[in-house]
Amino acid sequence: MGLNRRDFFKYVTVAGAAVAGAEGSAHAWQSRAPSDSVGCLVDLTRCIGCRKCEEACNRVNGLPEPDRSFEDYTVLDRERRPDEKTYTVVNRHTTGQIDERDQLIPTFVKLQCMHCQDPACASACIVGALSKKENGTVHYDVSKCIGCRYCMVACPFEIPAYEYHDPITPRVMKCTFCYERVQSENKLPGCAEICPVEAITFGRRSDLLKVAHDRIKRNPGRYIDHVYGEKEVGGTSWMYLSAVPFEKLGFVTLPEEPMPRLAETIQHSLFAYMWSPIVLFGMLGGVMWASKDKSDRAGNGKEGGSS
Amino acid sequence: MSHQAAPVNAKFWTPGVVVLAVLMAAGAAAILARFIGGIGYVSNLTTARPWGLWIGVDVASGVALAAGGFTTAFLAHIIGRHYYEPVVRPALLTAMLGYTFVVLGLLVDIGRSWAIWKPMLYWNPTSVLFEVAMCVMFYLNVLYIEFLPIVVERFKGRVRLPGPLSGLNTPVEAILRLLDAVLPKIMWLFIIAGVVLSCMHQSSLGSLMLIAPTKLHPLWYTPILPLLFLTSAIAVGYPMVVFEATLATTSMKLDSEMKVLGPLTRITIFLLGLYLALKVGDMVVRGTYIYLFDFTAQTNAFLVEMIVGVIVPWLMLLSPAVRRSRRWLFTACTMIVGGVLVNRLNVFVIGYRPPISEANYSPAIGEILVTVGLIAALMFIYRFLVTVLPVLNKPEQEVSA
Repeated sequence: MGLNRRDFFKYVTVAGAAVAGAEGSAHAWQSRAPSDSVGCLVDLTRCIGCRKCEEACNRVNGLPEPDRSFEDYTVLDRERRPDEKTYTVVNRHTTGQIDERDQLIPTFVKLQCMHCQDPACASACIVGALSKKENGTVHYDVSKCIGCRYCMVACPFEIPAYEYHDPITPRVMKCTFCYERVQSENKLPGCAEICPVEAITFGRRSDLLKVAHDRIKRNPGRYIDHVYGEKEVGGTSWMYLSAVPFEKLGFVTLPEEPMPRLAETIQHSLFAYMWSPIVLFGMLGGVMWASKDKSDRAGNGKEGGSS
Repeated sequence: MSHQAAPVNAKFWTPGVVVLAVLMAAGAAAILARFIGGIGYVSNLTTARPWGLWIGVDVASGVALAAGGFTTAFLAHIIGRHYYEPVVRPALLTAMLGYTFVVLGLLVDIGRSWAIWKPMLYWNPTSVLFEVAMCVMFYLNVLYIEFLPIVVERFKGRVRLPGPLSGLNTPVEAILRLLDAVLPKIMWLFIIAGVVLSCMHQSSLGSLMLIAPTKLHPLWYTPILPLLFLTSAIAVGYPMVVFEATLATTSMKLDSEMKVLGPLTRITIFLLGLYLALKVGDMVVRGTYIYLFDFTAQTNAFLVEMIVGVIVPWLMLLSPAVRRSRRWLFTACTMIVGGVLVNRLNVFVIGYRPPISEANYSPAIGEILVTVGLIAALMFIYRFLVTVLPVLNKPEQEVSA
């Protein structure tokens, strides 16, 4: 005989019952979103694709000079993503809508970190280098970062970029929401400040939601009835209004449940007060003590055998 | 203990070992390039695909395949099946080296290798990765402590340091004697801690991907991913012991230990069966079998993982003839080991598909060289250590019951 199966089932059952019992008593997961955060509302029906926001972002954040000038609109011929040298990019989408002269109507979409209300990156970050600030910013503290890139795995918007070509001190690069400007200098984020057509509205998130729904109500023909970022992944600080469905503009369809919820609930159920390691340690200790007692009586090594 | 382990007396520089050394040199060159030109210089990792071969194989599979350490410790030392004692030491050595190389792999993969200590200072309790890192750190130390008695056994009373160091002979001898007196009394603490820590981080490695529901293919994304990771790690423990013992005994012309390995894999029938049942049950409950025959690269990888890596070897193990045949047992166990490797690769690399950029990834030659070099170095050190320390069984000795 090999291992005594009855014993094995016994251990497994006890362990299973202990886990099941604890999950019932665990606290329900709660959002840690700040109650009074700021955000930006991007009205895609207003954006003209001038790339001034890209230029301002580059300037106020001291990012490296781009390969092609911000006045070069042929850049828009190719779809881009934010990268380690660019916190924000504007893309041009055509959805098949045409104007009175049979010209395709472009929709311009500005991309940057969405500054989620319950950010997956901050929940995932091994050292808490990413954190949700009281004003809504998802802030990156390079002094804690070890470069594991779990934030990039976690981000549902595929935003954080990495300085892969720095061998020793690479950084995670993403929109800072101009945290210093907004918090200390009382200024607007660079992009919101410069936008010549007021496509970007900066304000309290709760106010922005009112503005957004108000615009939809007053112009039902102009907008679809969806504020992207109001509910996606539990809400984001950056939100969008659009004339065409978001999935036609490269926006990913996301659940309303905050991304960290499942993982945090499981971790909390299993490891609150370290109860499960302690119980397991106790159980194994008991088994070890009992089997030692038994094998001392029966002599060592009788349990094994041929198959 | 009733079995006899002793340093192996075999020729060290065989052609196989020379090949290992060449692979190590190639890996070292790739690692050098990574620390000169950056991760981007040697890898195909991008914004959308931040984890690749290194995390999938060096870290995730490395941890899973080191599970022989805690599963044999549980069997022989916690529930007292001393019959299996002969495989405990090789499994412990494999686990110790496995985890050491997990950390070495991480040092290559993380951007700021010099900052690897920072999680000890900056805690983020919501982070699954934080918990994994803490467990791996503690467990690595537990493994070193569990391994210490083997070193003590070899050198106690025989400390002969060369030349100028000979003055240290007496103090080193005193330390070994102290360890020899203290370790047996407290070892039970570390043996239990090793099993507890293993259960914690083996499962949490599966929880890592729960934060990315839109990226991991539904065939793998399930709330019971941590349970699947734990059960598969436990199930692969003994097959890994068979795999590694067969390689070592063949390579160094030792006794095959079939008397122990055969019965050991009887337990695997139950453990792997449990994993298979959970995996199939999960697929049925969530209705993900609808993807099975999409015949994309991802779903094909799932079929390979399940059929070649779990179902076929499980059926093979059911046959007593397979369990008695050294060749067939090795084949079945290799398939199980490969199945867990493919599973980890599927969860972290192949099944991972960022929905916005839909970026593809295949490892760069530099990544492959690093991974192969690290594995070669592990095997090289294993071979070296078993010739110096009493890990493997004495060849002429019958396995005493």
